[in-house]
Formats: sequence, C-alpha cells, structure tokens
Amino acid sequence: MESCNCIDPQVPADDLLMKYQYISDFFIALAYFSIPLELIYFVKKSAVFPYRWVLVQFGAFIVLCGATHLINLWTFRIHSRTVAVVMTTAKVLTAVVSCATALMLVHIIPDLLSVKTRELFLKNKAAELDREMGLIRTQEETGRHVRMLTHEIRSTLDRHTILKTTLVELGRTLALEECALWMPTRTGLELQLSYTLRQQNPVGYTVPIHLPVINQVFSSNRAVKISPNCPVARLRPYAGKYMPGAVVAVRVPLLHLSNFQIYDWPEVSTRSYALMVLMLPSDSARQWHVHELELVEVVADQVAVALSHAAILEESMRARDQLIEQNVALDLARREAETAIRARNDFLAVMNHEMRTPMHAVIALSSLLQETDLTAEQRLMVETILKSSNLLATLINDVLDLSRLEDGSLQLEAATFNLHSLFREVLNLIKPVASVKKLSLTSHVASDLPMYAIGDEKRLMQTILNVVGNAVKFSKEGCISITAFVAKPESFRDARIPDFLPVPSDNHFYLRVQVKDSGSGINPQDIPKLFTKFAQNQSLTRNPAGSGLGLAICRRFVNLMEGHIWVESEGIGKGCTVTFIVKLGIPDRSNEFKLPFVPKVPGNHGSTNFAGLKVLVMDDNGVSRTVTKGLLMHLGCDVTTASSSEECLRVVSLEHEVVFMDVCTGLDGYELAVRIHEKFTKHQDRPLIVALTGNTKKVTKENCMRVGMDGLILKPVSVDKMRGVLSELLERRVLFESV
Amino acid sequence: MDVGQMQRQWIDYTKSLFLEGFLDGQFLQLQQLQDENNPDFVVEVVSLFFEDSERLLKDLTFALDQNGVDFKKVDAHVHQLKGSSSSIGAQRVKNACIAFRNFCEEQNTDACLRCLQQVKQEYCIVKNKLETMFRLEQQIVAAGGSIPTELSFIG
Repeated sequence: MESCNCIDPQVPADDLLMKYQYISDFFIALAYFSIPLELIYFVKKSAVFPYRWVLVQFGAFIVLCGATHLINLWTFRIHSRTVAVVMTTAKVLTAVVSCATALMLVHIIPDLLSVKTRELFLKNKAAELDREMGLIRTQEETGRHVRMLTHEIRSTLDRHTILKTTLVELGRTLALEECALWMPTRTGLELQLSYTLRQQNPVGYTVPIHLPVINQVFSSNRAVKISPNCPVARLRPYAGKYMPGAVVAVRVPLLHLSNFQIYDWPEVSTRSYALMVLMLPSDSARQWHVHELELVEVVADQVAVALSHAAILEESMRARDQLIEQNVALDLARREAETAIRARNDFLAVMNHEMRTPMHAVIALSSLLQETDLTAEQRLMVETILKSSNLLATLINDVLDLSRLEDGSLQLEAATFNLHSLFREVLNLIKPVASVKKLSLTSHVASDLPMYAIGDEKRLMQTILNVVGNAVKFSKEGCISITAFVAKPESFRDARIPDFLPVPSDNHFYLRVQVKDSGSGINPQDIPKLFTKFAQNQSLTRNPAGSGLGLAICRRFVNLMEGHIWVESEGIGKGCTVTFIVKLGIPDRSNEFKLPFVPKVPGNHGSTNFAGLKVLVMDDNGVSRTVTKGLLMHLGCDVTTASSSEECLRVVSLEHEVVFMDVCTGLDGYELAVRIHEKFTKHQDRPLIVALTGNTKKVTKENCMRVGMDGLILKPVSVDKMRGVLSELLERRVLFESV
Repeated sequence: MDVGQMQRQWIDYTKSLFLEGFLDGQFLQLQQLQDENNPDFVVEVVSLFFEDSERLLKDLTFALDQNGVDFKKVDAHVHQLKGSSSSIGAQRVKNACIAFRNFCEEQNTDACLRCLQQVKQEYCIVKNKLETMFRLEQQIVAAGGSIPTELSFIG
C-alpha cells in the first residue's frame, strides 16, 4: 500500500478538536492506570481485607478501560486493520469485565458498609470502657478513704475525740482549708461553733438556727453546696488573695436525747442535727466532685453512729455508778432492818413470857371471884375487871401476832352482833376510869344505826376502846364525846381521804365513829407519827409513857374492815378528834313464811342472832305458849312464859326487851298492855309490847294501837318470820303487820 | 322389817298426812325447831295438844248439855281449841273450830252440837295418825336408824 508523506504547514479547524481529544484520552488512560496502583497500595497496608478476587477483577476492569482510551490515540487517523482488530478486542474484553465487576459489587458493597459500622461501634465501646475504668479507680480510692476515716472515727467512744478525729481526717483526706462543726445550743434556737480544724478559739460564736441556708441543709440528707459568704462559712478573713474556695455543708443526726437523760449534753426535746461545714482551699480551681460529696455524706452518718455509741456508753457508766450507790444504801438498810427485827423479836419474846401468863391468871381468878357471893357493886367491879382483862389478853395476842397483821394474813372473824349493845358495853367499861378523873363521858348512837350488824365484834370493840381509852388517858379535865352514825356518801367527800368513796348497798353499810376530847392535843406535825408502830418520840406529849402501839393496831383493824381512820387536832392543849369509818354487813331479812311446806333448815341456823335477848311470852293457851317459847329459844332468846295476865304483870321487868302477848281472849290482852305501860311509866326503856293474834279483823289492829302496843303479829309464826320480826322490832321499835 | 323399809314407810305415811290435809306447814315448823337442844320438842308439843284437846272437848260437851247454854263459855273453849290446833298444824281440826265459832255467834244450839261431833271426829282421826307416826319413829330409832329429815315434796 502507498503512504502519503506530505504534511501541510497550516492545520485546519478539524485538526484542533482532534488535538483536544488526543489530550483527554491520554489523561483518562493515565488516571485509569493509576487507580489499580492506589488500590494495591491500600489493600496491602490493610491487614485483613476480604474479596481479593473482586479487587483483581476491578483492577482488570480499570486497566482495560484505560487501554481502550489509549488505543483511541491511533483511531483518529486512517489506521491499519491491525489497529482495528486490537481496538475491537480491547473493547470486547472491557465490556465483559465491567459487566462482571458491576454484578460482583452488588454483593460486596453491603458487606463493606457493615464492616465500617462495626468499626465505629468498637471504637465507641472502647471509649466507654476507658471511662468506666476511670470511674472504678475513683470509687476504689473513695472506698479506701471511707474505710480509713471510719476506722479512725469509731476507734474511740469519747465524743470529743470522735468529733476532733472526724475533722482532722476529713481535712487530710480532702485537703480542706477549714472544717467546722456547729452544735445546737441548750435552748435549741441557735447553732454554736463547737469544733474547728484550724481556728483555736471557736467557743461562743453562734448563729440563729432558722437561717434559710441552715434549713436548706437540715431538710436534706445530702451534702449541699453553700455560699462561702454565708454566716456558718465565714469563720475568718480569706487566707488567699483572690477568691475563697468552694464550700459544702451536711447535717449530722443527733440522738433523741430525752431517751438517755444525758444532762451535760445540750438538751432538746425533739430530733435535731449538728451542722458540718467543709471548705476547699482558696485560690484554687478545685470544685467538689461527686465522689467527694459521697464521702462527706458517709462520714456524717458514721459520726452519728459513733456519737450514739458514745452516749450509750456514758449512760451505762452512769447507771453502773448509780447501782453501786444503791447497793450500798440497800445493804445499809438491810442491816438496819435486821437489827430492827431482832429488837422486835426480843420485845415479843418478853411480851409472851412475862405478860401473857400473869394476864391469864388475872382472868382465871376474876372468873372464880365472879362465882362467889358478892354485892351488886362488887359484882359489877369484878365483871369490869374480867372484861378489861379479856380485852387486854386479846391485845397481847394481837401484838404477838403483829407480823400477821403486817403481812396481811390476819383474818377478821365476821359474825352477827348487836351494834347498840357494843357501844353500851364500851361505855360501861370506860365509865369507871373516866369517873375517877372526873371526866364527863357522853355517847350518842344515831337512831338509824342498824341494831344488828355483821363484822368482827371483838376487833371493832377493841378499836373503839383503844380510841376512847386514849381520849380518857390524855384528858385531865373536860368532856369526851362518842358519836356513832351511818356514814353518808356525801360525808366521804373529805380531803383527808380523797380515794375513799365506797357506796353502801342493801347488804352492807359504813359505820362512822367519832371520839372528841378536850385533852392535851397534838402538834399537827406529829400526827402522822401516831400510827407508826413501836415509834416513840420524846416530843410527842400525848405519848409520854406509851409505846405508840394502840393506834397502829387500830389502823390495821380499820383497814382490814375496809375503812379509814384519821386524827385531827388544832395543836397542843386544843384537844383531839379521832374519826374512823368501817364497813359492816347488814343481816339478811328472810321473806316471811308463805309456802305451805318448806325444807327443814340446819338446826343451828341463825341460832346466835338474838343470843341473850330477854323475852316474855304471855299466852293462856299451853300449846301455843310452848310453840312460841320453843321458837324463840331456837333463835337464842332467853324466854320467860306466863299463862295469865296477872302472872305476866307480876313477872315482867325492865330486863325484858320484848313482851309477846296473846290478845284473842276478850279484853284481857289490851288491859294488860295498859297495866304494863302504867308500871313502867317513869322509865325510858320499857319493854316492847307485841300482840300475837290469829284474828285478821282490822278492829284488832286498831285496838292494839289505841292501847299503845308496839306491834302486831299474825299467828301462826314461823322461824323465819319470827327472826325477821325480831330484827325489825329491835331496829325500828315498831312493827304492825298488815291485816 | 329393816331400817330402810321403815324409813320409807314413815316418809310415805307423813306425806299422806299432808296430802290429805290433816297437817299443814306449821307442823314442818315444829320439826324445824327440833334440834340437839330440843330432841323431843315435837312429841312434847303434840302431847300437850292431846291433853288440852281432851279437856276442852269434855268441857264443851258439858256446856252444851245444859238447859240454858252459855254460848260465851262455849266460844271461849272453841277458841282455845282453835289456837292449839293451829299451833301444831292440825289443819282440819282448826277449820272445824272456825265453823263452830260462827254458829256460837248465832247461838244455834243444834248446829253447835253437830259441829261438836265434827270436831270430835277430826280430833280422833288426827290423834290416831299422829300416834301412828310417832310409833313408826320409835321403831326406827329402836332399830338404830334416824328419823328422815328431808321432806322433798311440796303439797
């Protein structure tokens, strides 16, 4: 083939564009060839890279693209067939590889993105682990500080040392400039600077407890940042030149002090707190870190625990000292009591051996003397001696049994007795002694006082005799009055016995006895000593020779009878009044006989109710008279019988307290009543006259009342009926049964 | 006859006296009054009742046989008998006496004579029964037993 070798000197326009294409294709080919080089470089640099085959494929694709552009340099002119063949081959190969690469990248790109994501995650995780490691180290150091501080704080039970150690150790651990402790004052209204780390004289500096900053700290259980300028933080001028350090405050719980009764501790009635203030150094950029605040809070709690331990220990020490003192006192008291017991036992032994036997002799000989022929006057004297001796023997027995009184084992002997007779007997016993001293003795027994009562007659008489005997003994002149009546509930409202307000009932009442004399009187200050057993006080003029025993026994008897006894006197020479109240039972009044048949009661039931009561029965019917007599004897009465009015009038005497007469025989009964009245018209205590009748006419009752009878009873009379009749008669001195 | 059987017989007999109205509660009162101090009280009182009643009935018979009957005296005798029977609990005798006194007040001689016969009859009956009861008591005591003291019935 021929080739043209001629080149024109001037290039046409088409040649300029072709030159630009030459340049671009060249640079494209250059870029395409450099990319594989970059890929190879970075893949080698990376330790692990998957999909190497894909990389080779991609590299081939890039190289082939570059090749096609390079070959284009020869396709702008007329070129040979060889060039055309090479060009076609290159393009075919490029098409195949590029399609394969495109297909492969569809699978590989998601994996590549995932790898990136995991890398980012791992990076973040590493950063997080770094932070946690730092935190763990910090906490470990804080824990070490806490253990060290706790050990120091709780290594002592002395409050001063506890608080001082706290401040010193905190100052050291946290590198503080100052640390202060404010304690509540005694009034609880102020906080007082009690301890500081560096300042030497903190005492006396106080702030009001109701400052807002203090309320803020006390209302939280955390450490609170406060201003360096607030009053509890301005302890002294700044040590630095530019700015104060950061300040926190925390409350320290204190005890419920009233529970421990600690006297030298500031006294407050409710739970309270101390205030701890901590300051970082001045002129430093330091701030309080969280772990440091936590440390402060833990330390505050530990201080509270240590202080409570210290308080408990102090209280235990004080209690131990007090117990030692009490043991000493108890030992002394025990020895004194043993001495007193020995003295009393000696005294009682003497009483037993030296007094009882002679007393028994006096009683026995008086009884024998009573059986001999005596004048009425002599007999009365002997009887008085006998009664007084018996009473004295009883007193000796009671003294010897004083231990039973003291421990409450002495039992009263309750029985039915005649209360009015008891006072008469007391009067009869005391009158001879009183008359010797020319004292007038008066007795007033209220009319509403029951005739019969249930109680310990012997002890009651002993009590009355003791009280009246003392009055006689300590009176040189004047009068002694005995008053007995039923205590009314309103009379119990007495300042002397504020807790004594018993209420009478259907089966019991309260007897009040008052003995007033115009004798030597008592100093009011000495009145309490009167009831102390065996106590003698020389200043007590009322007891110059006595042992002070009588009133002590009286009080015990009165207490056993559920009563109370007290003494009143306006002073020396002003006389004395002794009053006591005792509880007595009321004998039961059985219902009148109403049933046609009744079970037989025990034979001795109530047989002592009317022991010694002298009764005269007038009935001309022998059978009725015998039955009535048997009935009255069964009740313990001393019965005399008469079968006619004349005999009755002849026999009746002042000794008889009751006369029962049958009024069914015409006018004999009524006439007899009139005659009896005429016979005893000059005496106050004539017998009671009671009609016995089987007549249910109203006129019979009217006739009985007209002639001055005291009662009317319908026959037949049962045991229970007669018992009730006698009780009521002797109590009210009148009984008219309804007809 | 053993003691237990005699005691049961005594109880049954005494119970019948109450149920038939011969005795009333007053008799139980007499038994109550009998005790260690008065062991024979009931027998003594009842014996006294027998003596008084015999005498009074004789006097009544004599008084009513007179031509001119003294009703005041008759009434006094009947009153005495009424008091005695009431005192020991002889109920039917007492009731007969009450009727008797009413006719005395009316001075009805024929009626009084009929009442006298009634009183005599009632007295004889109660006397026989009380004597029987006392014989039973003596037999019990002789046999070494004791008189029962619990009358558990109520008429």
